[in-house]
Amino acid sequence: MKGKDVILQTVTKMAAYIILAFSVYLLAGGHHNPGGGFVGGLMVAAAVSLLLLAYDIRIVRTGFPFDFKTLAAVGVLIAVMTGMGSLIFGEPFLSQNIFHLHIPVFGHIELATSLLFDIGVALAVFGTAMSIIYMISEDTCAWKR
Amino acid sequence: MNNLVVLPLLIPMLGGLITAIFRKNIIFRRLLSLLAIVLTGAASLLLAAQASRDGVQLLEMGGWPAPFGIVFVADMFSALLLVTSSLVAMACLLFAFRSIGEHRERFYFYPLFLFLIAGVNGAFLTGDLFNLFVCFEVILLASYVLLSLGGTKIQLRETIKYVVFNAVSSMLFLVAVAYLYAVFGTLNMAHLAQLVAEAGQSGFISVIAVLLLIVFSLKSALFLFFWLPGAYGAPPVAVAALFAALLTKVGVYAILRTFTLIFYHQPGLTHDLMAVLAALTMLLAGLGAVSGKDIRSILSYNVIIGVGFIIAGLAVFTLDSVIGSIYYLMHDMLMKALLFLLGGVIIIIVGHGRLQEISGLIRNHPLTGWLFFITALALTGLPPWSGFPGKVLIIRQALAGGAEHGGYFWLAGIALLSSLMVLYSLLRIFINGFWGETVLPRAMEKGSAKGLLYPCLILTLAGALLGIGAELFYPYIALAGNGLMNPDIYLQAVLGEVI
Repeated sequence: MKGKDVILQTVTKMAAYIILAFSVYLLAGGHHNPGGGFVGGLMVAAAVSLLLLAYDIRIVRTGFPFDFKTLAAVGVLIAVMTGMGSLIFGEPFLSQNIFHLHIPVFGHIELATSLLFDIGVALAVFGTAMSIIYMISEDTCAWKR
Repeated sequence: MNNLVVLPLLIPMLGGLITAIFRKNIIFRRLLSLLAIVLTGAASLLLAAQASRDGVQLLEMGGWPAPFGIVFVADMFSALLLVTSSLVAMACLLFAFRSIGEHRERFYFYPLFLFLIAGVNGAFLTGDLFNLFVCFEVILLASYVLLSLGGTKIQLRETIKYVVFNAVSSMLFLVAVAYLYAVFGTLNMAHLAQLVAEAGQSGFISVIAVLLLIVFSLKSALFLFFWLPGAYGAPPVAVAALFAALLTKVGVYAILRTFTLIFYHQPGLTHDLMAVLAALTMLLAGLGAVSGKDIRSILSYNVIIGVGFIIAGLAVFTLDSVIGSIYYLMHDMLMKALLFLLGGVIIIIVGHGRLQEISGLIRNHPLTGWLFFITALALTGLPPWSGFPGKVLIIRQALAGGAEHGGYFWLAGIALLSSLMVLYSLLRIFINGFWGETVLPRAMEKGSAKGLLYPCLILTLAGALLGIGAELFYPYIALAGNGLMNPDIYLQAVLGEVI
C-alpha cells in the first residue's frame, strides 16, 4: 500500500521543503518572537512524519541514517554545554550574550548565544519525537535481542 | 553568585548524556558513571564546606535576581543531603556493577541512574517551587524506566500502578502550585515565605498548605504509603536500594523545606496533622513489617517507618527536634540503602525472599550476617550506631518541649514502640535467615556474593562514623537545623538586595 499514492508523494515533496524552511524560521526567530527550539524541532519532526506517511520507513531511513536516540542526547548535551559556557567566563550558569553583526544582504542582525541553546533543544525534541514514532511504527522489542 | 551550586546537578546530567551517546563500551560507561558520582560527591563536599563557612550559597540562573529568575540555593541542610545522597549513589552504583546484569547495562541503565541522581540533587538545591516540581518529574521519569527495565512480569505490573499513582499525585502537586501562584503571583520559595509571613497564614493558605502536605505525603510515603511495598519489591536490588534511600527522602526533604520555610505560622493545624500522620505511619508500617513473610516486603515497610519518624521530629517543631530530624534523615538514607543492599545479597544468594525457607546462612556468609545485625541495631537506634543521636533528640523533645501543644507523649510512645517493631522485624530476618541449620550448601547457591559486600562496607563505615562521630558532625547539623528554624537567614540570602 505504501509508496503508491502519487498525489500524496508529489505534494509531500514540495510541502516538506516549506515545512523545513518554516521550522528554521521559527527556530531562528524564537529569541524575540513566538517560536524557539522546541517548536522548531517539532516542526522538523512533522516534516519527516509526512515523509514517513507518503513513502515508507526504509526510504526515510536512508535519508536520515543516524540513531535518533543518540541525536536527542547530543541535542541536550549541546544545550547544557551552552549553559556551561558561562561558567568559563565566570558568569552565572545559563547567562547569555548578544553580538550585533552587519552582513551585506541581510543587513543588521542580532546573534544571541541562546540560539545555540535553542539548536540543542531543537535537536533533542526532533530526536525524541522521531524515536517515539519509529518505536511505535516498528513494534518490536529491542530488549530481548 | 556561586557557580559551584549547580554542579551537583550538572555533573551527573553530563555523565548521563555522555553515557547515553557512547553505548558500546560497558567498561567506559561504568568508569564514567563512577567518575560522575565521585565528582558530584566532591562538589557537594566543597559546597558543604562553603555553606558552613560563608553561610547560604546562591546561584541566580542567567543572572536574573531572585523573585524573577530561577535560583539555586545551597544552605547547610541541602549540602548535607547532597553529600549523603552522593555516598548512597556511589554504593548503589558499585553494587550495580556486580549485580545488575549485562542486558540492563547495555540498555541505558547508567544514563537513567545518573539522571535520577541529577533530579534528586536538583530537588535538594532549587529555590523555586515549580522547579521543584520539574525535578520531581525528572526523578519520576528516570524511576519509571529503572523500575520497568528488564521487563519481568512483576516489574511491569508494579510499574503500571506506580506510574498511574504518580501521575495523579503529580497532577495534585501542579494544582497546589497553581493555587499558590494564583494567590501570590510568585513561586520563588523565599518570596512566597516573605509574602505568607506578611499576609499571615489565613484559612485559604492553610488549605493550600495541607494540599501540598498531601502531595508530599504521597511522594514520601507518609501515611499514604499503599503504593510503596509493591513498587520497591519489584526492581533489581541496586535500584530498589537507590529508591529506598533517595526517592521517598526527596518527598521528606520537600516537607521539611516547605513547612519550615513557608507554612510555619499555623503549627496547630499543619504540624499537628503531621504528628497524627507520622504516628499512624509508624504504627501501620510497623504492623506491616512485623507481619511480613518476605524479606523485600519487610524491608519496604521499614522504609515507611523511617519516614514517619523523621516527620515526627518536624511535627514536634522545636530546634532540637528538627536537628534530630535532619540527623535521622541522613542516617536513614545511609542505612536504608545498606539494609536493601544486604537484603539483596541474601536474595541473590538464596534466589528468593521467602523467610520460612532460608536458614543458617551465617556459616558460609559471616560478614553479611554481622553487617545485617549491625544495620538492625543502627535502625533501632541503639548507641553507638547512627540512629541513636537522631532518635534521642526527637524523643526527648517530644517528651519535654511538646508541652505547649498539649504534649506529644503519645507520639514519643508510638515512636519508641515503632523502634521495637523495627528491631523485631529485622531480627526475625536475622534469626530466621542466619541462625539455625545450614540447609543451603555453597555449591547450591543461586548467585555469588563476590564483590557485593564492598559497597555495604562503605555504607557501614559511613554510618558508624555518623554514629560514633556524632559530636563531630553535630555543629554542621545544628547549623542546618538552625537555618531551617530561622527562615530569615534563607530569606536574607536569597532576597538580600530586594528587601
